[in-house]
Amino acid sequence: MRFFEYESRQIVKAAGIPVSAHGFARTPEEARRIAEEIAAPVVIKSQVLTGGRMKAGGVRFADTPEEAAREAEFVLGLEINGHMPRGVLVDSKVAVKQEFYAGVVWDGIRKQPVMLFSDMGGIDIEEVAETHPDRVGRGHFSNLTEVSDYEAKQVIASIGVTGSALTRATPILARLARLFVRHDMTLAEINPLALLEDGRFVAVDAHMDMENEARGRQQTLLKALGVGDEETRQAREATPFELAGEEVDAQDHRGVAGNVTEFDGNLGLVIGAGGGSLTLFDAVRAHGGKPANYCEIGGNPSVAKACGLAKLVLQKPGVEKIAVMMSIVSNTRVDIVARGVIKACLELGYDPAEKIAIFRIPGAWEDEGFKILKKYGVEYCDRSVSMHEAARRAVEKIQGVAA
Amino acid sequence: MPGTFIDVDVDPAVASDPALAAKLTEVCPVDIYATGGEGGTLSINEGNLDECVLCGLCIDAAPAGTVRVVKLYDEGAVLSS
Repeated sequence: MRFFEYESRQIVKAAGIPVSAHGFARTPEEARRIAEEIAAPVVIKSQVLTGGRMKAGGVRFADTPEEAAREAEFVLGLEINGHMPRGVLVDSKVAVKQEFYAGVVWDGIRKQPVMLFSDMGGIDIEEVAETHPDRVGRGHFSNLTEVSDYEAKQVIASIGVTGSALTRATPILARLARLFVRHDMTLAEINPLALLEDGRFVAVDAHMDMENEARGRQQTLLKALGVGDEETRQAREATPFELAGEEVDAQDHRGVAGNVTEFDGNLGLVIGAGGGSLTLFDAVRAHGGKPANYCEIGGNPSVAKACGLAKLVLQKPGVEKIAVMMSIVSNTRVDIVARGVIKACLELGYDPAEKIAIFRIPGAWEDEGFKILKKYGVEYCDRSVSMHEAARRAVEKIQGVAA
Repeated sequence: MPGTFIDVDVDPAVASDPALAAKLTEVCPVDIYATGGEGGTLSINEGNLDECVLCGLCIDAAPAGTVRVVKLYDEGAVLSS
């Protein structure tokens, strides 16, 4: 889940990292008051969970409190990429000597967090890493033991930062790394980390993403920030198709048939089994297929639930066929899922043999399931056919349709 | 009206017995049976027929041969207890 910049600033500040003087305002009057307190020129920044603020006019400058109120009024009414702002951040306009970047991200390949530090801050770190790889210091660290200042210092020193700047930046990166682990972040970055004329560093902007599954154990943090359970904070708003998937899943307590994500392909997926659904999604793509959706089915959903999900996917515009695939299941009955997806086809007036490209769910009650599939002429396979091969067959069938 | 995959056939004597109807209602995990008939007699929730998990509890709850669970997808094979 993503945090607004004003929340990220609070997280950074609570970790002991200096931040520029700022305040969060929901009204022009509040913005004026904050600007008066700062008593210096300010920047008014739209608080939206989307990029492109500057380009859209969501970052404005003001020299007086009155000007701050006017600019805040403008920004508060400005929609950016379909998002209306939560409020505005009124930030002091600091005299920057040099902009740096400090960040911590999760390295999914190494299965470890990695600290990043660059002396080219204020622009996308991806761009810097590509064009000036020697200007980005990197250092993996353990998330089991507390990261030391020394580890952070090595990362910063690796790009040639020395002296006072090295000494002052070291605790900032180390604290950022510690908050990353403590708060289950997937991304914690300060960009820019500003070096001021007087030699101090302050965080001028911060961006935090937290592992969504960690919400339960991060309640103290979320409560402190005023983030309610109803706020999903996903990267984008759920589409009507995805919301309909949530409704299908909520219709009864048995099993899971939801977590639907929309894509624009022609092969509908009714897939599941934990990591199996990710593997199957990737396998479809690896074979040149275009998934119309991602979803998760498992935990022995009812026939009605499996039927509801399959109907939803079948009715999605552009879907030509569906592939029903899981790894080997022990806690989901094959015959129940088979009934559900066939029933979906029948109720929508489709021939299951035509609409179901492949059914590959081996496991509990598969003999009964295979009898059902055989009766309706649906191509099915057992565990002797790999998930990748099943995905290949599904893609081959749908490409035949497209041709 | 049967389901797409499952049908149940209950002897009229069992269906009209409120005690047996209550027992069938109690044992079925997917609410196929209900005591919705007059005087607590048996009624079938047709919308739930396809949810049958083939557990056989209804067959065991009634006198032998009075409740039959039919697998319509298997040439009318009858579930045995």
